[in-house]
Amino acid sequence: MNNNIMLQVENLSKSFGGIKAVDDVSFNLYKGEVLGVIGPNGSGKTTLINLITGFINKDSGNVYYKGKDISRMPAYKIADMGLARTFQMLRPYPTLPAYKNLIPPLYSPRAKRTAMGKLGDRGAVAVDILEDVGFEREARVPYKMAGSLPLGYLKRLELCRCLALNPDLIICDEIFSGLSMSEIASMIPLMEKLQREGITLIMVEHRLRELFKIANKVIVLNFGEKITEGLPQEIFNDERVKQAYFGGEDETYVFSQ
Amino acid sequence: MQELRKERLDRGVKVRADSIYAVSSIKEVLFLTAPGLILLIILLVMPLFLSPYWQRVLAITGVYALLAIGFGFLANYVGLVCLGGALFVGVGGYTSGLLNSTFDLPIYFTIPVATVIGALICTILLLPCLPLRGVYFAIVSFTYPLLGARLIAATAVFGGTDGIAGLDVIVSKWTVIYLVVFVIIIVVFGLSRLVNYEDVGMVIRGVKDNEQAITASGINITLVKAQSVYISAALGCFGGAYLTHLYGWVGMSLLAVDFSILPIAATVVGGIGNVFGPLVGALILGPVSEALRAFGTLRIAFYAIVMVLFIVFWTEGLVEYLRRKYEQFERWVKV
Repeated sequence: MNNNIMLQVENLSKSFGGIKAVDDVSFNLYKGEVLGVIGPNGSGKTTLINLITGFINKDSGNVYYKGKDISRMPAYKIADMGLARTFQMLRPYPTLPAYKNLIPPLYSPRAKRTAMGKLGDRGAVAVDILEDVGFEREARVPYKMAGSLPLGYLKRLELCRCLALNPDLIICDEIFSGLSMSEIASMIPLMEKLQREGITLIMVEHRLRELFKIANKVIVLNFGEKITEGLPQEIFNDERVKQAYFGGEDETYVFSQ
Repeated sequence: MQELRKERLDRGVKVRADSIYAVSSIKEVLFLTAPGLILLIILLVMPLFLSPYWQRVLAITGVYALLAIGFGFLANYVGLVCLGGALFVGVGGYTSGLLNSTFDLPIYFTIPVATVIGALICTILLLPCLPLRGVYFAIVSFTYPLLGARLIAATAVFGGTDGIAGLDVIVSKWTVIYLVVFVIIIVVFGLSRLVNYEDVGMVIRGVKDNEQAITASGINITLVKAQSVYISAALGCFGGAYLTHLYGWVGMSLLAVDFSILPIAATVVGGIGNVFGPLVGALILGPVSEALRAFGTLRIAFYAIVMVLFIVFWTEGLVEYLRRKYEQFERWVKV
């Protein structure tokens, strides 16, 4: 097997009752790539993530991470191998300072192995990680109650929870959703920085314009099936994608506005 | 008419101590440590002024307090409703009783061993239902002591319905009382530190508040739950071993449901919001119920009424109420 393959998904399927949430999806992801996953609401994007990261059990198919079959592993072991993910639902400890939210990942076996947790004071390490993604230390933002922070900070806090694990692959589940244009604009350099640091990314998004700026490759899901895969520019012009999103009418302005 | 609204604000010292740990003066340090110090002094000094009868009451109350602390810890921080008080007390009591009667081991050996090994047995028994969500854990933890009592009665093992008598008793009356007092002090301050300040405390609290995030951090939540159950079980097993050597006897009454239910009443009265609530609740309910001994079984009615009243009208409980009054000030502001 090619050493550069980070993640290999083969014929992955999952049904809930009679509904095929994920239907025979396959793709390869190479080290250092940024993969965009798009599709209309209910097309199985989040289910796909949950299957890859072990939060729900597959019906059939295989997932190989760095060449190892992870499709039957419990979720915590997959995370322990360096496959981190964010959640759409943000539930930080509302009454605790923001940096305390990073204590559990810094306390994890993986963080202990990879030395980030060995640095003694985990609180100090946590503040450093937060400062790197734009929590201003001078304004004492890392020490503010997590419940009082605006959404933009909470999304970055969620990303930091992954970074504290020292991951090789991060799957972001709609990390731009609900953010203002300026907040997204400040996050894009962050994602690019992660890519430069050699972290492979999967980004599930509805904000296509922003996603297409950073993605190397995009796959499109519709009713659980992968309808196409290609470079952002190809996806942009693909008739099937427009059909899936807009029911066949030519409404390219949504893409280009 | 001008409408008014009650506003609550944290006192300055509380805010400073919470967020940036910049406590500057002796006065502020005293403000923060006073509640703990007062509790510590009460626990240490109280036994000196009690008659032997009330010392005995305090000793038994202490066991209920440990069970209540364990119940509150699991319910409030780990998110497990554990009705296994009787299981813990029974396993601890029988373990130390059997070690003492069969191998003739001394008390200072049997009590620690019963605490450590007993908690391990309890944790292993409860392990299969730890990954399950919802009420299963509560049901299973409640069922084991019933099962144990039936098995002992039916098969007449461990002395059957008569129990095992003639065990060693703790001779010195000061050892009796201060053993349980010291254990309570270590447990309550240790647990408070664990859940509020230690890194592992953040992980434990995450298991209740955001299971997914803990799992996604590469931490096995079943293991964390098992470790937490072990802590709670150790408290109950110590209590059981202690009772065994208080009475010099171990029997089926250590598996009685009282040990599962009464700690809940104590937790409700004291408040579940922090580690100290269950302790304070037990220290109030224990002596009060003893004082009502003249009323016989009406005591249970008293417990039930107190529990219902607290749950309906005063959910936060005594300690949370006092803490709020202590840490915050209130004022009326115009709407």
